[in-house]
This record gives sequence, C-alpha cells and structure tokens, in this order.
Amino acid sequence: MIQFFLMVNKQGQTRLSKYYEHVEINKCTLLETEVIRSCLSRSNEQCSFIEFKDFKLIYRQYATLFIVVGVNDTENEMTIYEFIHNFVEVLDENESHLIMVNNSFYMLLNSIC
Amino acid sequence: MVVPSLKLQDLIEEIRGAKTQAQEREVIQKECAHIRASFRDGDPLHRHRQLAKLLYVHMLGYPAHFGQMECLKLIASPRFTDKRVGYLGAMLLLDERQDAHLLITNSIKNDLSQGIQAVQGLALCTLSTMGSAEMCRDLATEVEKLLLQPSSYVRKKAVLTAVHMIRKVPELSNIFLPPCAQLLHERHHGILLGTITLITELCERSPAALKHFRKVVPQLVKILRTLVTTGYSTEHSISGVSDPFLQVRILHLLRILGRNHEESSETMNDLLAQVATNTDTSRNAGSAVLFETVLTIMDIRSAPGLRVLAVNILGRFLLNNDKNIRYVALTSLLRMVQSDHSAVQRHRPTVVECLREPDASLSRRALELSLALVNSSNVRAMTQELQSFLESCPPDLRADCASGILLAAERFAPTKRWHIDTILRVLTTAGIYVRDDAVANLTQLIGGAQELHAYSVRRLYSALAEDISQPPLVQVAAWCIGEYGDLLLEGSCEETEPLQVEEEEVLALLEKVLQSHMSQPATRGYALTALMKLSTRLRGDSNRIRQVVSIYGSCLDVELQQRAVEYNTLFQKYDHMRAAILEKMPLVERGGSQVDGEAKESKEAQLSETALVSTEPQASKLLDLLDLLDGTSGDAQPPPPLDPSPGGALVHLLDLPGAPPPPPSIPNLRVFEREGLQLNLSFVRPSGTPALLLIMVTATNTSGADVTHFICQAAVPKSFQLQLQAPSGDTLPAQGGLPVTQLLRVLNPNKAPLRLKLRLTYNHFGQSVQEIFEVNNLPVETWQ
Repeated sequence: MIQFFLMVNKQGQTRLSKYYEHVEINKCTLLETEVIRSCLSRSNEQCSFIEFKDFKLIYRQYATLFIVVGVNDTENEMTIYEFIHNFVEVLDENESHLIMVNNSFYMLLNSIC
Repeated sequence: MVVPSLKLQDLIEEIRGAKTQAQEREVIQKECAHIRASFRDGDPLHRHRQLAKLLYVHMLGYPAHFGQMECLKLIASPRFTDKRVGYLGAMLLLDERQDAHLLITNSIKNDLSQGIQAVQGLALCTLSTMGSAEMCRDLATEVEKLLLQPSSYVRKKAVLTAVHMIRKVPELSNIFLPPCAQLLHERHHGILLGTITLITELCERSPAALKHFRKVVPQLVKILRTLVTTGYSTEHSISGVSDPFLQVRILHLLRILGRNHEESSETMNDLLAQVATNTDTSRNAGSAVLFETVLTIMDIRSAPGLRVLAVNILGRFLLNNDKNIRYVALTSLLRMVQSDHSAVQRHRPTVVECLREPDASLSRRALELSLALVNSSNVRAMTQELQSFLESCPPDLRADCASGILLAAERFAPTKRWHIDTILRVLTTAGIYVRDDAVANLTQLIGGAQELHAYSVRRLYSALAEDISQPPLVQVAAWCIGEYGDLLLEGSCEETEPLQVEEEEVLALLEKVLQSHMSQPATRGYALTALMKLSTRLRGDSNRIRQVVSIYGSCLDVELQQRAVEYNTLFQKYDHMRAAILEKMPLVERGGSQVDGEAKESKEAQLSETALVSTEPQASKLLDLLDLLDGTSGDAQPPPPLDPSPGGALVHLLDLPGAPPPPPSIPNLRVFEREGLQLNLSFVRPSGTPALLLIMVTATNTSGADVTHFICQAAVPKSFQLQLQAPSGDTLPAQGGLPVTQLLRVLNPNKAPLRLKLRLTYNHFGQSVQEIFEVNNLPVETWQ
C-alpha cells in the first residue's frame, strides 16, 4: 500500500506531499528531510529503490524534480516505478507546465490513487 | 471602499515575484489578512476564490486552519464552483483530528443522493480521502447503492470509496461483499481495478471473505488471460503491455487466494506459465508484470516445474543491465533460497558478479544471497570471492561480510588449516569489524588443532610483526605466541617458509604491543600474560621479562596492575611453582554460545542423534514385539527403517505460522491401569497430512512408590509405518509427579484399520514388571 507521495525539487523543498496514513506535522517534515537526503545523495548508476526504516522508497527524477513514493512491504516496486511515470505523463498531457497550477495536482492525484 | 480581491493566478505570480523568504512571508501574511476579513464579512460570491488562495498558501506550508468553516459553507452551497473548492478544502484542511469534520457528513449524504454525477464524484472523492470511522459507518449504505449506478464514473469512485471504508472499518465487509461478484463482470478497467483492490482488502482482513472469494478464481483467470492475449489497445497499453497495473493487481489477488490452497493453485498454474512466457520484458512495464508473476508462483502451491521456471526468470533478470531489475531479482532470490536451494545455486556465478556492483543496496543484497548460497562443495571458491569483496567493500557492509565469512567457515571448513587461514585473512583485512567472540573461537580452534600449533604460531607471528593495529589479531597472536612460543623458536616447520626467530625479537615484539598507544587494555593484558608464559618456555634468561613485569606493577590501568603484581610475586616468592602454573592450557570447552543460524541446525542434528540413539535399542526389541503381534506379520520382516525426521517434529514444536487449522479432536483413551500406574493415549490427525496419526502416550503415577526404568514400546500391522520418538523420561515420581510422555507417529497410507500393541517394562514397588497388551476400542477416526 502506498504510504505517501512526495514531489521534491533539487534544493530539497517539498512541492507536493500527500500522506495516505496519518502522520503528525512535525514528523512529516522530519520524514521529508530524511527521505530527500537519501534520494538526493544517490548517483545515476544506483537503483531507484531504497530501503528506509520500515518503508521502501521508490524515486524517479525528472529534470529538477524528484518524485518519491513510499510503500510498505507488500507492494511490487516495479509497478510503482511505472506508476510514477504514468502520473507524470498524465500531468504533462493536461498541463503544459509541470509546476504551475497546483490545484490540479491534488485533483489528479485523487482520481488516480 | 472594497478592494477587489486578487485572483489565484495573480497571487501565485506575486508570491513567485518575491525575491526572499521574508518578502514571500510578507505577501502571504497580507493576503491572509484580506482573506480573514473577507470570511468575516461573509461575502458569498468570492468565497471560493478566497478559499482557493488559502489552499495554495496552505500547500506552501503556512497555517490555514481558519478556513475550515468556510469549507463547510462552500460545500453546502448549491453552485458547482463553490462545491468543488469546498470539497478540495475539506480534503486538505479537515481530517479526523479536527472536530469540524463530522459536520460535513450531512452535506455529503445530500450530495450523494442528488443524482448529478460530478457532484457525487466530488463527494465520494472527499469521503474516500478523509472519511473517518464514524462517517464511513453512517454513509456505507449510500455508497453501496452507488456501486450499482448506471454511470461508470460514479461506480468507479464508489468502488474506491468502498476500499477506503473497508480499510477504516473492517466490519463493513458484509455490506460490500455481495456487490463484488457482479462488479467483476465490468468491462471498464478503472472499475475492474477498483473491484480487485476491494476484493484484496476484504480477503486480507477476513478469512471468511477469503474462502468466499476462492470461487471467483476461475473468473479472475479468464480476465487475466484475455488481458494477456488481446492485442494492442490504445487506451490501456503501456509500452506494449495492456494495462500492466490491472495485471499486477490480479496476480496479487491470485497470490492471496492461492496461498496454502491446492485447488486454486492448480487452476492458476497454466495461466501463470502463459503470462510468464508471453510477456514482453524489453520495457519496465513488462518486467513489472513478470516480477509479480514470479512472486505469485513462489507463494502459492505451484507445480515444481513452475517454480524452476520462476527461478530461471529471476536468473535472467540478474543478467539484465537495468539496476532496478537486478535489485528486485536479488531480493526475490533471497526469499526463495530456503525453499528452492538447488535451483538458486545454479545462478551462483551471476550473484557473485553482482557483489562487484558500485551500488550499495545491490551489493548488500548480493552479499546476503551469496552467504546463503555457501555450502560444503563451493565453500573454498565462495570464501575467496567474499574475501576479495571484503577488501573493497564500503565500511557499513564490512561487519556483515566478516561475520558472514567466519560463520560460513565454521560451518563448512574442509580442513582445520584452511579454517585457520581463512580466519587469519579476515582478521588481517577487517579485524576491527569482527564480532567479539571471534577471538575466543579462534583460540579454541587453534588449541584444538594440535598438529597445526607450529604452523599457526608462525603465521600469527609474521602477521603480528607486520601490523599491530588490529585488536583481535593482536590478541590472538599474543595468546598463541605465549602458548606455543617454544615451537616458534624451534626453527623449521614444513608448511611455511623457514623463519628464524630469535628470542629477543619475540620479546621485543610483545613489548612493542604492550607499549603501543593503539593497543586496548584487553590486548595489553593478553600481551602481558604471553610474556609471562614465555618466561617458562624460552630457554634464555628471564630477566628482561621480569623487568617488564615489574614496570607494569605500577601501571595506571587496574587490571594490568593486578596482573603485573601477581606475576611479580610469581617470580619472587613462588618461583618454584611458576613452571607448573604457566603450563600449556588444556582445550577450552566451547561454551554453548552458537550463532543463531547454526543453532537450529545443530539442534536438529542433536535431536536426530538422540532420536536415533534412543530408538536404536528399541528397534531390536521391536522385532520381538512384532513376532508377538498375531495375524499381522507373516515373515519376520524388520520394522520399517526408523528414519529420523526430526524436522517433522521440529515443525510441530516450532509451531510455524500458517499452520493448518486444528483438526477435529478424537477422544482420549485410557489403555492401561495397574497399581496406580495409568497409561493414556491421545490422538491427533493433522489436517494437512491425512495419512498421519500422532499418538501421545502419557503415563501417570498416582501410587505411593516411584516407577523407574519405564520403557514403552509399540507395534503396528505391517502396512503401517511407526516411528517412536524419544520419551520425555523414564522415571515416574510417586504421588502424581511429572508424567512421562512419548510421541508415536503412525503413517497409514492405505487407511487400513489400526491395531496397536503396547509393551511396558518398568520397576515398581521393588519388582520389575512387564506387560504386553493390545489396545482395544481404538476410535474409528484414528484410521478412517
């Protein structure tokens, strides 16, 4: 099951975060910083799956944007990897600039997830 | 004059225009003040715009809780634009912890029954995102009605909401169970996907649902088959695979349904083989489906050929260039290595290749898998590889690698010398990372290998002469030199190069260790003791040693000081006893601390040994017993070989998860009673193996005298197989002391009527008693 969905830019700022399980606000920020740190420190030859506490992180980089999805143990990592790409393609089709209109992110996210 | 409020676009541009964080904060605070004022005034026309801006600000991380009541007002408004923003706000700002969230239940209820698709969609969406347990309970029936609506858009949303409700309130499953069967006939992939997820959630949470849904396995198989075999469909195809997400979900559900269930697994076998061979794996989507297939094959009761196919697919993945695929393959192979060891062994070379990966997660996985694959035939080659890996691997993996190598060496060492060599090499390469008991193990090992004393002491001496920085190595070397110093000085040893060592050099080395700032206190202790021992071993004068020891008599470290003072006294007052005290040590008993991974194996080995040992004498007596059993054994055939399968007993003892549900109970039977000694039989027919009957013989003693040397033997007709496990004891204390139990395993493949003859021998009231009798009144359930 997907636990959370993050979009982070290269400077480490969270552009979008959606949690599917209840996490407190301060724990959210802590979690995000740690996750971002582990993703940003990976190089290109390393694989896209990281083990992090009791989640698995699957991340994908698009230009300056990182999309990170945290899942629990039962999920197939490669499907999530494909799903991230699907999400980005849908966004691309609907909005020409990926950053601009944030409202539609949430709408789209709710319809896909 | 009312300032016209900014549109959302304008606000966004303003915020982006801010150069610094402080400027941005200013802009936002100003705008928030406007918004708050506007909410207070209660302007209905622009409320949605204000809330939209507030939501944007919230996404950037600023507080926005004052907008909650506005959400409620917007949701209640009849206009669609208002509702849309209102629901969005509800999803973002309201959640279970806010008290206000229950207030929207009524609005949602109204909107759900309205009949306008878009509005129903919004309401369902909101409910599925932030619906709390109470809300779900209230609105469950509404959602269920919507599951059968004509519009597919609404049905899809309703299914997703149902999934959320089941996750929150599992008791609602009885509401959502009936519609599932009908929903499976959908053509719309979105609804189908949602339905499969719903069924998965239901099955995961309730075993009754699991049984119910086993019936739909054929239907799922059909759906998946159509997906795999139909050609290209623009709507659902992702890089050549039609709807991989749906395929993966169906496979996941099949896995849950087929687990531990023979029948369902058989229905799936063909399909899984078909999916495995037909899927195009050149792109990631195909690989994802294939991976899920492999996981499913591993989990259900699949045919052995299918399992081999799965392992081969994983092997193919390992050769792929894509890192992700390799990672995934290594993880799954690790899971499979216990159950399909030989199949995984075939891919050992590829796994070893993966050790050389630069990527940390890959090499860690490869390390775990390689360690699991070491066995007695490949131990030399594998250890070689692992040691070269140890030299080059990142520090966080070193500890695991070192302990892994040492463990493997302990389990599979072909010769003692090889073992010592391996440990030595590990200590020199990664000495600081080994576990604490490695030193103890090595000293014990060397101590036990008498013929290798000379060899090991030379090797250790040369290693120590090169490098004194690694504590475990120094400790072992110091101990060895102390113990076997005389062998070191003797001169020649055929297994290493001739090493001419002078006494002075040895003493100098040990002193260097003592004085070095790198040595830990424990290491110093070792060195000091070694020096003392050398005072008896070396032929020369022990003055130098005496000097060193007396210096350390005033050392700051209390432990060292104590040792030094004691040794000093040994030189002065007890010189006559010195030689005796410092003799060569006897072999140390290995204290029961075995590593976890081995403990189970050794326990199994022990159990099998004791079972063998105790059943050996019984085997010979069983022959007599069989002769006594009338009408069953025509020729004196030896009893079926008592093959020790302690693994089976261990299974019962360890009580593995996923054990079959408890079998129906068969009534106990009292078979023997004499002077206070009673024998009871209890029967268990495990449901997994219908031919097996477990009989627990319990002997109790209520008399006033102990029963000693109690032995119970059993015999059964020829078509049965009988195994006697070791009894729990052979003495029954008086007055209802601890009973003696013994387990009998009877295999009855032909389901023939069971006959059982028992023979008891024991001492009671000073007399030895022997009783032979046949058990009558065996319940029918024991053999039918």
